[in-house]
Amino acid sequence: MNNAMKTLTNGILKENPTFVLVLGMCPTLATTTSAINGMSMGLATMFVLICSNIVISLLKNLIPDKVRIPAFIVVIATFVTIVQLAMQAYLPGIYDVLGLFIPLIVVNCIVLGRAEAFAAKNSVGLSALDGIGMGLGFTLALTLLGAVRELLGTGHILKIEGVFDGLQLFPENYGALLFVLAPGAFIALAYLMVIINKIQKK
Amino acid sequence: MAKLESTLQNMILSLVIICVVAAGALAGVYILTKANIEAQETAKKQAAILAVLPEGCEVADAEEIAGLKVYKAYQGDEWIATAVETSETGFDGQQVIMVGFNAEGEVINYEVLKQTETPGLGAHIDHWFKDKKGNQSIIGRKAGALSVRQDSGDVDAITAATISSRAFLKAINKAYAAYKGGNVEAHTGASQLNKAEEASGEEVNVEQANEEEGAL
Repeated sequence: MNNAMKTLTNGILKENPTFVLVLGMCPTLATTTSAINGMSMGLATMFVLICSNIVISLLKNLIPDKVRIPAFIVVIATFVTIVQLAMQAYLPGIYDVLGLFIPLIVVNCIVLGRAEAFAAKNSVGLSALDGIGMGLGFTLALTLLGAVRELLGTGHILKIEGVFDGLQLFPENYGALLFVLAPGAFIALAYLMVIINKIQKK
Repeated sequence: MAKLESTLQNMILSLVIICVVAAGALAGVYILTKANIEAQETAKKQAAILAVLPEGCEVADAEEIAGLKVYKAYQGDEWIATAVETSETGFDGQQVIMVGFNAEGEVINYEVLKQTETPGLGAHIDHWFKDKKGNQSIIGRKAGALSVRQDSGDVDAITAATISSRAFLKAINKAYAAYKGGNVEAHTGASQLNKAEEASGEEVNVEQANEEEGAL
């Protein structure tokens, strides 16, 4: 039980994929223009992580070592395409924003990394927990980064286009546009990492 | 169960099985979601068409004129307006715009369907040219020769996004050209007859057509 708890919480802070392992930077930097975009990307990745971890853990003895990477990639790509089709059909608004980055989950190092480093060596249950933990860590990191950028860039937070106007903390015109654009992603991420490292050292 | 050895036979077999199962699963999901995805896309386009046309009109099927999709709207039997889907390369990628013209060739409204302009600058195209401020709105104006102040036109461009604004107006002008071309076969009222005559000059350049229109 202790082991399971450790696996689950491992990804959230101690080995957070974004702030500690620094994996999957491409979607992290590109999709976190707002909290909701970051969260959707995180949830999509989490779904893929959990499913691929379970399937790979189930198949680990049936896949010969020399072809494990192509086999893992096929499994991951299948789940990513399922997410993409489902999103396109039921969440078109979010699909419009994330569109290009959904297929890129396939090559997100965190997914293949967990398949290779964890799911291929551990039981199904533990692999699922690892997927949930890592996915949650990734989602929290992306949401946090998205929220910081959205707030500094536009003055509101948690805005969902056409559904919820978000909390306007200061007028939009006073926002530093830099934070919505690409350079702001690097700056915000760097400062968040500093803060997280500071907290962890204590 | 022991791990499978990496023999050629095992490798081929396991990869083939994984790929076949994956393909089967994807085919299933594709079939399940296909209808919904198509419905979403048509709904989105339909909403944009209705947003740029007067209320309570019936929209005919798309016609292709000058490479653009043109939707004519009728009230009863009378043609009253036309929506045109148009696009142009902006500052960063394609801008796809749905724009509606009334029978006089004035812009009723427009809707940006797709754009990847810079957030906070060029991305303002989705509302800038509707806002009644200064000389920036194109609603109610005759299209065809719209251009920004920087190009000695009379439309105020978006601050710090002249390239995006230019591309936007170019797309609207292109739509207008298609709209003009589209009136040749379909006309009912007298005023539209006139227009058909104008347009039948085919290669009339757009600016000229606009002047003739003004004389109506």
